[in-house]
Amino acid sequence: MAALLESVLLRKVDVDKVVDWLKSVQEGEKLSFSEPQLAIQKQEFVPFLLNFLREQSSDALTNGPATPAKTPSCPRPPAQTQGFSDKTSCRSAGSGLGSRGGSRVQLFSPAASASPGSESDAVGQSGVSGVSAFCSPPWSTGWSPASRPSGSERKHAQKVCLGDYMVSPPELQSSTSSQTHKGRKKSAGSTPVGGQTRHGGGRGGPQSDEAGGRRSARGGGHGRMSEQVSPSTPAHLNFNNLEDFPPVGSCPVSSGTSKPSRRINPTPVSADRPHSKPKTCFTSTPLQKASSPPLGAEPLEGLGLTAVGSPMSLKEERELLKREKTKLAQQAASLSPFSLDPCTPTKTGSGAESKVTPDPQTMCPEPCRVTFSSDLDVLAELYCTCISENLVPNVYLELFFVMQLLTSRSLHTHNDEEQLSLCSEDVLERCYLRQVHNCVYFAVKVLENQFQLVAHLDKCTLRLLAENERVASFSPDLKDRLSQAQNRSTAKLSPSASTFIHSVPFQPATDNRSNFGSDKAFHTFKKQRDIFYEALREWEDLHKEPGWNFDAALGTKIRGMMSQLTSAGNHSHFARLFLKQLVQMCKGPRTSTLSVDTTDADLLGMLGADSLGRLKRLEERLIQPHRVVGPCPPPSFPGHQEFFRDFIQTASCKTLANFTLKGNSKTIRPVWNNGSLANFTLKGNSKTIRPVWNNGMANYKTLINTNLGFKFLLFFPHYLQKIFNRTHRFSFIIKVNICYPTLRSASLLIKASQITSFNLNTLNLVEWFQMPKISFEIILHLTAELEVIFSTPPACRRLQLNRHEEMCYLNKLLLVSVLGWLFQIPVIPEDIFFTNEFTALVKDEGSATGSAGLDCIPLVDQQLLYTCCPFLGEFRKLLAAFVSGSAAKSGGIIRKITPTSAELKGTPTANRSQQKLQVDLEQAFFHNQPPSLRRTVEFVAERVGSNAVKHIKATLVQELVQRGEKMLRDGLQSSNANSSKLNDSICAQLCDVGLEALAKATRFCDEKSPDAIRILLPVETTPPVLTTSENITKRLAAEKACIWLSANITEALIRREWKSRYDRVKKALCGPLAPDSVDADSAVVELVRQGQMNTPRKKQERAMSCPPLCKHNASLPSDVLIEIKEMLSVAAGPRADKELPTGPQLTTLLQRVANTLECRKFLTAVSEQMLQNCTVLLACKLVSGELPVRSSSRRGGVAVDPGAGSEPSVSDVLVQLAELWERGCCSSAPLHQLFTPLTVAAVLKASDTEKKNYLFLIRKLVDKGILNEEEVKSYWRKLTDLTLPAELIENFQLQSQSIKLSLPLAEMQSCLDMLQVSHQTIEGAT
Amino acid sequence: MRLSRAEYKEIARWTEQLRPTRQCMKILKDRYPHHSQSTLLSIFSLEYQKRTKRTMSRHHVPDVMERYYQRYLSETKVCPTAPVLLELANEVDLSPTLMARIILDRFLKDMDGGMPSKTVLNSMLKEPSLIQDHILANNIYQCTINDCCYGPLVDCIKHAVGQEHEVLLRDKLMERNLSFLDENQLRTMGYDKTPDIILEVPVAVEGHIIHWIESKASFGDDHSHRTYLNEQFWSYWNRFGPGLVIYWYGFIEELDCQRDRGILLKDCFPTDIITLCHATQLEQMSESQKEDKE
Repeated sequence: MAALLESVLLRKVDVDKVVDWLKSVQEGEKLSFSEPQLAIQKQEFVPFLLNFLREQSSDALTNGPATPAKTPSCPRPPAQTQGFSDKTSCRSAGSGLGSRGGSRVQLFSPAASASPGSESDAVGQSGVSGVSAFCSPPWSTGWSPASRPSGSERKHAQKVCLGDYMVSPPELQSSTSSQTHKGRKKSAGSTPVGGQTRHGGGRGGPQSDEAGGRRSARGGGHGRMSEQVSPSTPAHLNFNNLEDFPPVGSCPVSSGTSKPSRRINPTPVSADRPHSKPKTCFTSTPLQKASSPPLGAEPLEGLGLTAVGSPMSLKEERELLKREKTKLAQQAASLSPFSLDPCTPTKTGSGAESKVTPDPQTMCPEPCRVTFSSDLDVLAELYCTCISENLVPNVYLELFFVMQLLTSRSLHTHNDEEQLSLCSEDVLERCYLRQVHNCVYFAVKVLENQFQLVAHLDKCTLRLLAENERVASFSPDLKDRLSQAQNRSTAKLSPSASTFIHSVPFQPATDNRSNFGSDKAFHTFKKQRDIFYEALREWEDLHKEPGWNFDAALGTKIRGMMSQLTSAGNHSHFARLFLKQLVQMCKGPRTSTLSVDTTDADLLGMLGADSLGRLKRLEERLIQPHRVVGPCPPPSFPGHQEFFRDFIQTASCKTLANFTLKGNSKTIRPVWNNGSLANFTLKGNSKTIRPVWNNGMANYKTLINTNLGFKFLLFFPHYLQKIFNRTHRFSFIIKVNICYPTLRSASLLIKASQITSFNLNTLNLVEWFQMPKISFEIILHLTAELEVIFSTPPACRRLQLNRHEEMCYLNKLLLVSVLGWLFQIPVIPEDIFFTNEFTALVKDEGSATGSAGLDCIPLVDQQLLYTCCPFLGEFRKLLAAFVSGSAAKSGGIIRKITPTSAELKGTPTANRSQQKLQVDLEQAFFHNQPPSLRRTVEFVAERVGSNAVKHIKATLVQELVQRGEKMLRDGLQSSNANSSKLNDSICAQLCDVGLEALAKATRFCDEKSPDAIRILLPVETTPPVLTTSENITKRLAAEKACIWLSANITEALIRREWKSRYDRVKKALCGPLAPDSVDADSAVVELVRQGQMNTPRKKQERAMSCPPLCKHNASLPSDVLIEIKEMLSVAAGPRADKELPTGPQLTTLLQRVANTLECRKFLTAVSEQMLQNCTVLLACKLVSGELPVRSSSRRGGVAVDPGAGSEPSVSDVLVQLAELWERGCCSSAPLHQLFTPLTVAAVLKASDTEKKNYLFLIRKLVDKGILNEEEVKSYWRKLTDLTLPAELIENFQLQSQSIKLSLPLAEMQSCLDMLQVSHQTIEGAT
Repeated sequence: MRLSRAEYKEIARWTEQLRPTRQCMKILKDRYPHHSQSTLLSIFSLEYQKRTKRTMSRHHVPDVMERYYQRYLSETKVCPTAPVLLELANEVDLSPTLMARIILDRFLKDMDGGMPSKTVLNSMLKEPSLIQDHILANNIYQCTINDCCYGPLVDCIKHAVGQEHEVLLRDKLMERNLSFLDENQLRTMGYDKTPDIILEVPVAVEGHIIHWIESKASFGDDHSHRTYLNEQFWSYWNRFGPGLVIYWYGFIEELDCQRDRGILLKDCFPTDIITLCHATQLEQMSESQKEDKE
C-alpha cells in the first residue's frame, strides 16, 4: 500500500491508473504494479491513504478541534503485503494502529498496542459469528461507573455534537491519544485492561508515536494482549493529555505514575491548543454518549472528573489562562512577520484579515508558499476518488477532516529551508501537510473536487465557507460557486423551534367521555393529563436548578397518579398520551437548554460571518471562559428525553411499558404491513408516481419517528429492572422485536436492500445500535440483523456519489452518511468496512433491481438529511469557531427526528359475503388497473364512509334528539307522567326513526364519492373505468357507513346523545330549586314547591329569541340587576331619605328592565328569573309602602298622592309593572310573592293608600288575565290556612268569595278591612 | 385595566377597612376616580372574599354563633324594626349574608330541632318570605340585599356579568370573522375541559399563537390567577395548546409572564390579531407596495 502511494508520488505509477482502479466496480479487483509484482486491494490501500493523510496533518491540526481519528489499517494483511519494506509497514501500522484496540470507543483509534493484523484476524475470521464475542465485553465494560457523567455535567452536556455520533475525541488534539480516553473508561470497568491507558499515553508526542507504532507493529495475537495488560513505561506518558491524569482518586489504574501538580480540572486548556475547543466536534463516541447507567446507581467517582464549577479548579484555570496569554503574546511578537502579512482581501475589504485571522499569532496561509503542490494534487485526486467512490467509511468524516485542514492554525515557524531539510528523500516521509499553506491548498483542492457534496450542506455552513478568506485566496472560483450554492441550499440547521412545548391535543374521537368505561375513569384521566403536564412544566422550570432531584420533587405526584391507573382502559389512554407527547417533544432538534447554536445560526444569518466573529469575541469577554463540556460523554437522553426517561423510572410501572409498546406497534405496524415501504416498487411514468411519493414520504417520516418510541421501549426493561424480572424482560424484548419488523427480520432488510430502500432500514438499525446499554438478551436477538448489517458495506459501496444512477443524490447521501454513522458505532467492528466477506450476500440481488424502489424517488430533501444526520451541523460549528476564534460553543443539536401524527385507524373488516360475485368482479376490475386506483378507491371509500357517519350524527341524530326533547317537555308538562317511563318510550321511538340513518348514509355516500374519485384519479382515466371506480367507491363507502351505523346507531349515537339531552332537559325543567327528597323539610319544602307550581303554567313558554329587528342595545342584565338591587336595598334600609327613588326614576328603571327582558342576547335563564323576581319584589315594596316614592318637586318629602302633579304616581308604576308581567318575556314572574304573609302583613301595616294600591295591583293583574280569580282566591285561602288564626279564616273566605272579576273598589276596601283584622292577629302570633 | 402589583396592593390595603355594603362602592369610587367601578368592585370583592376566608373560622364557633343569635333575639325584642342583623354583621366584620345564614340556621334549628337542609336554607335566603318569622325575614332580606359581595342576587349578577362578557367576546370574534366553537358546543362534543372559546383556526395575538380564549369578567389578582392557572388555563393548554385569557376588569400586569409558555393575558379584546390568510395578504400588499415604489 505504501509502495503504491510511494510509486504514485514518485510518478512511477500513473495517477489515472490508480484512480481508474479505485473507480472500478469490480469488487476485490487488485492492482498490480511496480517491479516486485505486487498486487494490492482497495480495502488495503484506502485505509492506508486515509491514515497517511491524518498522520501528515497531525502537526498542522494542533489547534483545531479534534481530528477525525485514523482509519484502521486493512484487515488481515494478505501474505504478499508482508513483503513490503519494514519501514512502510511499520508506519502504516503505527498510523492505523489500534483498529481493535480493545474497545470501540474510537473507531480509528491509534492504539499503540494494537496490531492490526492480529486484530482483524480475530474479527475477520469470526465474522458474523463473532458478534457476541465483541459485543458483550464492551457492554459490560462500557458501562463502567466512571464513565458516568455527574449530574450537572450531564445537564451541561446535553448538547450533542457530531463527535458524539462519530468518533471518539482525542481529548487533546494533535495525534495524541484518544485511546486513553477509552482506556480510562475501560479500566474503570470490570475488565483488567488498565494497561491500555499507558499505551494511549504512549502515542502522545511525535517521537513516541513512531516508537509506539513500531513496537505495536511487532505485536500480534496474544502478544498484543499481554502487552496490553502489562503496564507500560512512564516514558510514554503524554503530559498534555488530561486523560492520563484524571483527578486524584478518580482513576484507579494510574498507580505507578506520579501525578503532576499542574493538573487542571476540568477545562482542558493546554499549551498546545490555546484556541482549541476540544470535544466540540468529532469527539466522543456513541457508546460513551450512551453510557449512562441507571440513575441512582451513579457513582461518585464520576464527579471528580467533571467538577466544572469547583472554585479550586477555576482558580487554577485562571492561573493557567493567564500564563497562556502571556505565552501567546510572546509568540505573537515573534510571529509578527507572518501575522501582519496582509491577507488577500476579500469582498469585505479592509476588515478582512481580522475576520479570518482574529488571532494575531495565527499565520495566514498563502498560495505562493505552498510546497509540493503537484504531490498534493496527486494526493487530493486519490483522496477525492476515495470519497466519491464511497470507499471511505464515512464521507462526512472525511469532509470534516478537510474542513479542519482548511481552518488549521499551525503555529509552526519552520522556514522553507528548514522545512525542506525536514523532508527526507523518501516521498512518504515528506511533510506534505505540515504547513498551513499546504493544508489549505489541499483542502481547497478537495472541496473543489467534492463540490457536489459540499453544496448539499446547509446555508450557514455554505456562507461560512464562501466567506472564508482562505477559500477566497486559494480558489476564487470555489468561493463563487459556494456563494451560488448558498442560495440553493434549503437545509436549516435549526428549523424554527418554537419556544414552548406543545401538548398533545385533545381529540374528541379518542378522548371524550364515550371512550371511557365509566365517568370515574374519564375524570381520572382528565386529572392525570393535567398532573402529567404539571410535572412536565415543573421539570422544565426547575430541573436545571442545583440540587433539584426528579424523584424527590415529582416522585410522589407521579406515583400517586400512576396508582390511579387501575383499569386497562385508563392505562392505554395514558400510554397513548405519554407516547405522543414523547414523540412530539423529542422529535425535533430542540434542546431544553437555550441553544447557543440556534443563536449562532440566527445571528449568522443576520450579521454574516464577519460580524459574528466580532460578536463572538465580545461575548467571549463577557462570558466566563469555561463553557467546555467536560471529558465525560453527553447523556444519551438529551433535552426533553431526560424527562421521559426519569418519568418512566419514577413511575416504575410495567403496565405503562406494555401499553406504550402496544401503542407504538399500532402506529408502526400498519405502515409496515401496508407494504408501502417494504414491498414498495414503482412502475409507470413520473406522473403516476406522484401520489405514491407523498404517501411514501408520510410513512417514511412516521417510521423515522417511531424510532424514538422504540428507543424508549428498549429503555423500559433496562431501567425497570426492579419490576421486570429476567423473564419479563426477555418477553418484553421479544414483543418489541415483533413490533419492529426491521429488527425482527433480517430477511426483510435484505429484501429492502434489493429494492434499494436502504435508508430506512439502516436508519432504524443505527438508532438501534445507538441504544444505551443494550442488554445481552437483545444482542442475541440481534445477531441476524448484524449479519445483514455486515453485509451492507459492499452493497453500500456500490453507491458511488458522483455517478448519476437510479438513486437520487440526496437519497444516496443520506444513506451514505447514515451508514457512515453506523460504522462509527462501537458495536460494529471498525474494520468491517474494509472487509469483503459479505459481498456475495447482497451483491447478486442488488443488480437485479436497479431501476425501481423507494430510493429512486426524491424522498429525501435536504432538511430530512439534516434531521437524520444532525452531526452535519458540526461543519458549521467548526467554521464558525474558526471565524470567531475559540468562541464556538459546544454543540446544541439533538439527533431526532420528525413528528409522528399518523393515527392509523384499524380498517373495518367489511363483510362482503353476500355479494360474493360482485366482489369477485370488483377484484377482477382492480386486477388489471394500476394499484394506485385501488388505493384511491379504498381511501375515498373509507373517508366518505366515515364522513357519512359524522354527517348522520350531526344532522339526523341531532334532529331526533331535538324532537325527543320536545316530546319530553310536553310529556312532563301534560300530566304527572313518570319521567323515566317517558324517557324509555321516547328513546325507543327515536331509535326506530333512527334506522332511516342507513338510507340517509347511503344517499350521502352516493352523492359524495364520485366527486372525490373524479378529482383524485388521473385525468386520463377512461370514462368506464371512472364510472366503475365511482360505483365501487359508492358501494364500499355506503357499506362501511352502514355496517358501522347499523351496529352503533342506536347505542353509540341516539341513546347516548339522548341520554345527555334528557339529563340536561330534566335538570333545566326541575331547576336548581328542586328539593331533594332525602332531606325534605316537609312543610317548608312543600311551600317552596307550591310557590313554584302556582306560577301560571299556561304562560310558561317563554320567548326564546329577540323580537324582530332587535338591535341588542338594551341595558345589560347585570347592569339592570345592579340598579334594581340598589333600589331594593334602599327599600330594605337602612337608608337616607335622599336615596329614595322618584316616580320618573322608577318608570325609567322599569322601562329598562322591560327592554332588557325583551332582548335575549345577553339574557340567561338565571338572570332572567332574577330580574323578574326583582320586579315582583319591587312591587311588594311599593304596595307595602316600604319603598316610598320621593316627589322630585318636594325635596326630601314623601309623596304618595296618586294624583299629584304630572309625575308618575305609585299606581302608574304599578300599572307599568302589570304591563311588564303581561308580556311574554315575563310570563314566569314569581307573582306568588305578592301573596306571601310577609307582603300582606306589610301592606296591612301600612296606610289605606298602600292597601288601595295593593288591591289595585291585584285587580290589574286579574283584569289583564295575568292571574285568574281562582288563583287569587287560592292564594287568599293559603294565606289564611297557614298564618291566620282559625276564627278569621271563615271571615276571610267569605270576603274573598266576593272578589269578582268586576270587583268594585269599595268591595276591595272591605276585603282589606278584613285583612286588617287578621294583621293584628299575625303580629300577635309572632 | 392593568395595575402594577404595587398599585393593586395599595387598593387592597385600602379596602381592608370597608364593609361590603352598598355605601362602600361610593367610597371606593371617590378614592380612586380613575378606576372603573367594575374593576374596583371586582378588586374589593376578591379582597373581601380573602378576608372572609381568613376570618370565617372565627365566626363559625358554636358559642360565637350562639352569642350572635342571642344578641339578635334580645335586640329585636327591644326594637323589632331596627336593622339589627345588618348592624351586627358590620360590627363583627362578617358578611351580612353570611351572618344571615348563621342566624337563620340557628333559628331553624330552634324551630324544627334538627339540622335544616341546605336546600331549604338557600331557598329561604333567596326568598325570605318563606320564613315564618316576619321580623327575621325582614332582617335576613335586609342583609342579603345590602351585601355587595355575597348573596343570591350578587351571585346572579356575577353570573350575568360573566355570561354577558362571553356573549361580547363571541360578538367580537364574529365581527372579525374568526370561526370558533363555544363552550356548549365543546361540551356536546364530549370535551373534558372546555374554555369559553376554541378557535377553529388559530390566530396570532401580539405575535403569540392562540388556540383558545377564556373570558373572565373579574379582576385578575395573584390568588385568583393562580387558582385559574391550576384549575383551568394549564388544563386548556394541556389539551389545546397556547391560548388567551381576557380579564375584562383588568389584572396585575406582572402576572402576564407566561406568554412564551402559551398563556397570554389581556384586559380587552385584542386588536393586534393576525390570521392565517391575513398574513399572506399583508405580504402581497407589502410586495405590491414595493413594486409600486420600484
